[in-house]
Amino acid sequence: MSLFFVGIGVLLVGGLLSAAAGRNGPWSGRLGALGAVVGCGLALAPAVGVLGTGVALESRLPWPMPGGSFRVEIDALSAFFLLPILALSALAAVYGTGYLRPAPRPPGAHWLYYNALVAGMALTVAARNGILFLIAWETMTLASFFLVTYDHQKESVREAGWIYMVATHLGTAFLLALFLLLQKSSGSLDFDRLEPGTHAGLLFVLAVLGFGTKAGFLPLHVWLPEAHPAAPSHVSALMSGVMIKTGIYGLVRILTLLGPPPLWWGWLLVGIGATSGILGVLFALAQHDLKRLLAYHSVENIGIIALGLGLGVLGVASGSHTLAVLGFAGGLLHVANHAAFKGLLFLGAGAVLHATGAREIDHLGGLQKKMPWTAGCFLVGAAAISGLPPLNGFVSEFLIYLGAFRAVSGLGTGVAVPAIAVIGSLALIGGLAAACFSKAYGMVFLGEARSGHAEHAHDPGGAMVAPMLVLAAACAAIGLAGPWVVRAIGPAIAALAGPGDLPETGLLGRVSLGAGAFLALAALLAFLRSRLLAGRRVGAAATWGCGYAAPSPRMQYTASSYAQPLTDLLRLFLRTRKHLRQPGGYFPGPSSLETETPDVCRDRIFEPVFRGFGWVLARLNWLQVGQVHLYVLYIALTLLALLIWRLH
Amino acid sequence: MEAPRLAQPVLAILFAPLLLGVVNRVKAWVGGRRGPPVLQAYWDLAKLLRKGAVYSRSTTWIFRAGPIVGVCAALVATALLPVGDTPALMGFPGDLILLAYVFGLARFFTVLAALDTGSSFEGMGASREVQFSALAEPALLLALAAVARNTGSTSLTGMMQGISVHAWTTAGPALALVSAALLLVFLAENARIPVDDPATHLELTMIHEVMVLDHGGPDFAFVLYGAALKLWVLGALLVGIAVPVRSGDPWIDAAGFAAGMLALAVVVGAVESSMARLKLLRVPQLLAGAAALSALALILVLR
Amino acid sequence: MNMLMETVVVLLILTNLMLLGTSRLFACIRLVAFQGVVLGCLPVLVHSGHVGARAVGLAVGTILLKGVVFPRLLFRALREANIRREVDPFVGYSVSIFAGILALAVSIWTTRHLTIPGPGVSTLIFPVSLFTILVGLFHIVSRRTAISQVLGYLVLENGIYTFAVVIVGEVPLMVELGVLLDIYVAVFVMGITIYHINREFDHIDADQLDSLKG
Repeated sequence: MSLFFVGIGVLLVGGLLSAAAGRNGPWSGRLGALGAVVGCGLALAPAVGVLGTGVALESRLPWPMPGGSFRVEIDALSAFFLLPILALSALAAVYGTGYLRPAPRPPGAHWLYYNALVAGMALTVAARNGILFLIAWETMTLASFFLVTYDHQKESVREAGWIYMVATHLGTAFLLALFLLLQKSSGSLDFDRLEPGTHAGLLFVLAVLGFGTKAGFLPLHVWLPEAHPAAPSHVSALMSGVMIKTGIYGLVRILTLLGPPPLWWGWLLVGIGATSGILGVLFALAQHDLKRLLAYHSVENIGIIALGLGLGVLGVASGSHTLAVLGFAGGLLHVANHAAFKGLLFLGAGAVLHATGAREIDHLGGLQKKMPWTAGCFLVGAAAISGLPPLNGFVSEFLIYLGAFRAVSGLGTGVAVPAIAVIGSLALIGGLAAACFSKAYGMVFLGEARSGHAEHAHDPGGAMVAPMLVLAAACAAIGLAGPWVVRAIGPAIAALAGPGDLPETGLLGRVSLGAGAFLALAALLAFLRSRLLAGRRVGAAATWGCGYAAPSPRMQYTASSYAQPLTDLLRLFLRTRKHLRQPGGYFPGPSSLETETPDVCRDRIFEPVFRGFGWVLARLNWLQVGQVHLYVLYIALTLLALLIWRLH
Repeated sequence: MEAPRLAQPVLAILFAPLLLGVVNRVKAWVGGRRGPPVLQAYWDLAKLLRKGAVYSRSTTWIFRAGPIVGVCAALVATALLPVGDTPALMGFPGDLILLAYVFGLARFFTVLAALDTGSSFEGMGASREVQFSALAEPALLLALAAVARNTGSTSLTGMMQGISVHAWTTAGPALALVSAALLLVFLAENARIPVDDPATHLELTMIHEVMVLDHGGPDFAFVLYGAALKLWVLGALLVGIAVPVRSGDPWIDAAGFAAGMLALAVVVGAVESSMARLKLLRVPQLLAGAAALSALALILVLR
Repeated sequence: MNMLMETVVVLLILTNLMLLGTSRLFACIRLVAFQGVVLGCLPVLVHSGHVGARAVGLAVGTILLKGVVFPRLLFRALREANIRREVDPFVGYSVSIFAGILALAVSIWTTRHLTIPGPGVSTLIFPVSLFTILVGLFHIVSRRTAISQVLGYLVLENGIYTFAVVIVGEVPLMVELGVLLDIYVAVFVMGITIYHINREFDHIDADQLDSLKG
């Protein structure tokens, strides 16, 4: 346990030293990243130990905070979440040293907040007291706010940071209510003494709202597509890969505290998962900005996780251990998997941005030949996030599917109906995600360069490539070693699904067998083809233009045109705006077509509400007079009123 | 491992191109022509395998990986399918998910290979392919979910064993709906009329054919063979549900299966002779209809 | 017998959904006629053991009326009005189908919570009759041409008919004939109205009748 605290300490000291190094840019960067890597490595050791032995580590420090106590514990569930958090943080830190290299200013402040964010996340999943939890939670939120606004000179970045700040504090408000209610019913905020009392359902809904805002459940996701693209890419990777998972952690932790769940919690989670998953991938499909596209995919993957957790809850509620294990195993494993491939994809997108300066997919193209390492890693991530075998995305989706099919084939209607919803929405999500990532990878890396941006690109340095390679290897390894991975995280699954063995997860061995057969066959065929072609004429020519003799790269299909049939088909949900300037007359002038797909939830739900608030507050504007002594009077009057109310 | 389990892979590897020959023969017969020999597809493959290759200068290794992935995915899928009562070579609970997703993998790489050429025609085909397959996937999995509910099994082997004449007499409407949905998925996924016309010669109207315009020589042989295998596998899935010959004797089962495949080929030929290709805008409605049929079957079996 | 009932149920659902997704008015009329024929078989199917002469009579009457007479009248009205398609409905076709599926779910959910007296013939026939009623209503509300509204009424009546046949078993013939007669007159009047609206205004969009308010 002390290793964990030492790790946190090293993180914070590294951050402070980096900030103190001030104007000395290179040293500042090195110190910060070193602190992050060493700190994460140290804190990782106890987490791995807990998952290996299954024995929880616990410690309690004196803390003069009313209602609070400094109780920290690493049990299997915490350890499972710590693993991706710390591993991805270390890798992203290494990447960050390369990414921030041509920095406009010393990176000291950045590293201070980065390390604070990592420490906050680690403490969030280890805290065992409501107040400590909320403090760690707010540390995480504030640190990430400053990271998002790293490029604060840009207007758009400031706006994104503002949206993030407001959204995440709305979520925290629900959490505050949740913990207050819990304290009222149990008299303490220590997790092991929490009693849900009579209104467990209300508490669950509050947890879904509060933690769902951080996790990005639709329609609470509005901050995600703004904040993630605004941040530097390694921070995006960290936020999208693991920070939003602290929301999932909070949800499952509360689930363990609220006692046996009723069936409708499962229905609720499945409903949320289906909406977030399907709409998330739809919005992603309509985006032109690579990082924004990836941010929407986080919403989709959170939806998949919610589908898995929902099935697990249904399993517990209906007394089916198999379903509970399959659902929770799929959901939890997808947490780790998403950390791996989404981290990888954001790092890849960062490398592209670093090399070309463009995030607009329609400006890129042909990077496969210029950035082979980045392209290869991105391809692995793209295939993994589309849930394709033999990579890790398929393993977790397979578990969720299997649970759903088990429920459909053998359980009552109350469980079978949501299970059908899970099957249908997962299938639709899978197909749309494949469409979206064939677009992202195909348009950015394949074909020919569409603009000058992409022409002089090259692979970034080793500090940026190595983390991507590690993550790509992790994707492949989890994909091929499914059964062992599930057994390794068994204690975390048991914490949610109840004690017992892990039925059916051994079937992943068969999946690995199939994947192995596939790879062997592919190698065989590749060899066959090279033997066939040996000694024959293998020519190179221009792409067949169907008779047109002078094709240019500008004639290639663009990302927008690629996605257009699907976005048109589903325009009911997307509300894509088109600005068309048609050519007209005998000598047509310039013409153009622009499309943009703003977030429907933001436009239709939040903007009207906030405009309403703005209107109400504008009516109260007379209170703001700009004179300090009047403000002091307000405060004094409020205090007096509170005192009278209390004494009354 | 006993020998009958190898039946499906062996049958598929040997006879998949034959299915195409039968379809074309039926089309020619209905159209009043003699048509190509039934074994034409084999001759085409042999000819292509003897040729050299020409690759576009725009392409990378992705372009060369596409056809190989297509063939391997279909080969893995054949190992997951049973023939009648005989278990599949690699069957296990949940194998239907792997079946659906290896085809997803093949499609992903075919699409990427098309985008790798930088041709706008191939980009167009790729765009249509991902659109239609994204809609076909829910129809396929929901249809299989209905069968899973009806037979109480989650492996393809168990499902096929659970389907019998008796199952058809007790849950006939549901199974008929499932068969109809699977037929639509089969036609869409294999780029047949009314979704796509394999015999078209205008790039603007094609889906699957236009994606493989740039492949030649052995690569194109792989593409053709992979497509034939896919036709066989999805056809075998449909036949396994629609033709409930389960005698316990592997030979009779295999004969029933073969007759079913032949009948399917004739049906496809007849459909292609009597129908026109749908407008592209109508295809999503057709596939949504397939999903609706599957959902309806689920409602029937859920009670 | 149960399987035949299930087939009827499936056909009912499918015709309803197809009706919602079709723009061609001739096809719509054919669908409704087909639905009438399918429903005509219901009285024979409900009584699994003995098939009385009355049930057969009712079946033949229904099939003749719903499957032959109504469609003929409507076809003629359509030909005279010289339109082929429902252009620009208030609710689009994809959305209509989606609404239909929603209506199906709602009706299954509601009938689960109702206690319906009478013989349990098929657990799906009640929700489907409710579904047919809802589809009829939806069709009346969401389409523009008067002919579509007539079709909506017919589908609505089909739903009520299904419900009645199954729940009462032996429908008093007179009552049933009375209902059919009502509808017959309604169709007849509608046919004449359509003809006249068309002659007066050159279209049969019912929503433009408000220009008569003066």
